[in-house]
Amino acid sequence: MKKWLALLLAALMLVSLMACSKKDAAEEEVDYSFADGDQYEQIGGELNVLNWGEYIDPELIAIFEEETGVKVNYTEMTSNEEMLIKLRGADNPYDMCFPSDYIIEKLVKDDLLLPLDMTKIPNAKNIQDRMYEVTNTFDPGNKFSLPYMWGTVGILYNTKMVDDEVNSWDILWNEKYAGKIWQYDSVRDAMAVSLLRLGYDMNTVNPDEIAAAKEELIKQIPLLKGLGTDNIRSSMINNKAALAVIYAGDAILCMEENEDLAYVIPQEGSNVWFDNVVIPKTAKNVEAALAFINFLNDANLAARNTEFIYYSTPSQGAMDRLDEYFTENETFNPSDETLARCGVYHDLGDAIELYNSAWEEFKTAMGN
Amino acid sequence: MKRKYFAYPYIVWMILFIVAPMLFIFFYSVNVGGAWTIAKAWGTLSDAGKWNILWTSVVMAFKTTLICLLLGYPIAYILSNMKKTVAGFISVLFFVPMWMNFVLRTYAWQAILEYFLPGLLGMKDGTLTGTESAVLMVLVYNFLPFMIMPLYNTLAKLDKSLLEAARDLGANSVITFIKVVLPLSVPGIVSGITMVFIPAITAFTVPALIGNGKYYLYGNEIELAFKTLSGQGDYAVGSTLSIILLICVVVSTLIMNYFDKDQKEGGQMW
Repeated sequence: MKKWLALLLAALMLVSLMACSKKDAAEEEVDYSFADGDQYEQIGGELNVLNWGEYIDPELIAIFEEETGVKVNYTEMTSNEEMLIKLRGADNPYDMCFPSDYIIEKLVKDDLLLPLDMTKIPNAKNIQDRMYEVTNTFDPGNKFSLPYMWGTVGILYNTKMVDDEVNSWDILWNEKYAGKIWQYDSVRDAMAVSLLRLGYDMNTVNPDEIAAAKEELIKQIPLLKGLGTDNIRSSMINNKAALAVIYAGDAILCMEENEDLAYVIPQEGSNVWFDNVVIPKTAKNVEAALAFINFLNDANLAARNTEFIYYSTPSQGAMDRLDEYFTENETFNPSDETLARCGVYHDLGDAIELYNSAWEEFKTAMGN
Repeated sequence: MKRKYFAYPYIVWMILFIVAPMLFIFFYSVNVGGAWTIAKAWGTLSDAGKWNILWTSVVMAFKTTLICLLLGYPIAYILSNMKKTVAGFISVLFFVPMWMNFVLRTYAWQAILEYFLPGLLGMKDGTLTGTESAVLMVLVYNFLPFMIMPLYNTLAKLDKSLLEAARDLGANSVITFIKVVLPLSVPGIVSGITMVFIPAITAFTVPALIGNGKYYLYGNEIELAFKTLSGQGDYAVGSTLSIILLICVVVSTLIMNYFDKDQKEGGQMW
């Protein structure tokens, strides 16, 4: 009797396994063709790429390797600062990497980047002009970098829990929602929220404005559920908090799981961030790096990459190939008016010390 | 003579991983970007806010240790009176969770306190994280086995004939416990306290995860200086904070050793 039962169970498992694989096969084939029928020459050699984790569709690397005969060595980094240290090292092996706006500003200042030979990147035509207007503020003339992914910072809120209109950072200081508010656990983001709310520039180096923003953050402590980063997502999805400072990419993930959630970029403005692709001066295989940049900017491949990464793409060509889930989504694809309210974080030089000590005082106040 | 050579790897290890890092900490506390200065160190020492956090952390560690002792002693006592095989099995059960990574266990508690327990209690939008008692509870959970094991080892080695002698001489079980068992288990209590108090005072994962980053202890303050800010001056602040903590740890170890000095035997954890 027992034997039969075991056999039956095994059979059941087999059937369910088969059902699973069938379902997978039924899913439509992903289209990885080139939008403009590009042809790539055999380049060969190695290409050392430094990028964030899970920040490229791995299939794209395989296709590129096949097309060009280049062996791609993909190294992951966890922070901009880590990348900066790596690129400043004299013997850094990297041919291309994907730093954020303010780091590019530093790299340009330190003269560590190679100007991009745009004749080798014809697919750059896909990138929206409005992107260049923003990236111009940290890479003047857009000489050294091309936008890869971008996004905004805003407020994610639960429409069932919040009955006031959410259009200002001010709501994060509303006592009605005490204990239900997530602040973001990073110096620049939290300080930007507080500065913007007070009507100051989020890149200010005025000590009085920074001190005022810090005082407001300290006043906010009793209202906070906590300071979070990744943990904000599950908390918002499970209705454990009403309001949160959040990155747009995370907001989209949350809204997929919980339809009561909505995302807003407040009227005072907010941060917009860019991760651009750059080639360090020390790059050894510049030809392959330029080919890879061109490859990544192919309209069709950029669309696939966006579906994998889930951040906003700067490519109009890719937008044309994405379904309305992405294109009609104000979180993913903010309007020009919204974008006009947003600005990038600038490299503050030594003034960052003002921010750091304000942040330290804020944290210390939390322990008292 | 030969035996000395076997000690060399250990000496090299100590120099590389214990002495050198300490020297680095002292170096960074008074050296900012190549220049010698005590401004940052002094600024840290004279910051009342930082001393307040240290005090909060010490009180927290004290509470953790006390609760661990009050919970752990009866458990260890009961275990020590069981048959060796049964007691061995049960103490393994106590240690099974310790085979899993500390951070993972804390994440599990985060899920329990944020989602599972409030759900059970019917508080749909409620939460149990972010409070001092939640942090305290998870600290106790994480450190309890470190209290039980040394206590159990001491109590199990206790000569049972002493108990019989006490009873023969007319002491009831309460008196026997107070006059015989308790004094003889002091070494276990001392190493249990040391095993719990010192890690508890340096805890920073638990307050970060269970306290939602809002409940803030001394370990978090050090982490902030080194990891989040990591400017040149912040290394000096972090190093100074570390030295203060180091002194606290050394002082509490010395106090513990003072209580332990009559007892040369037993009580060690392993």
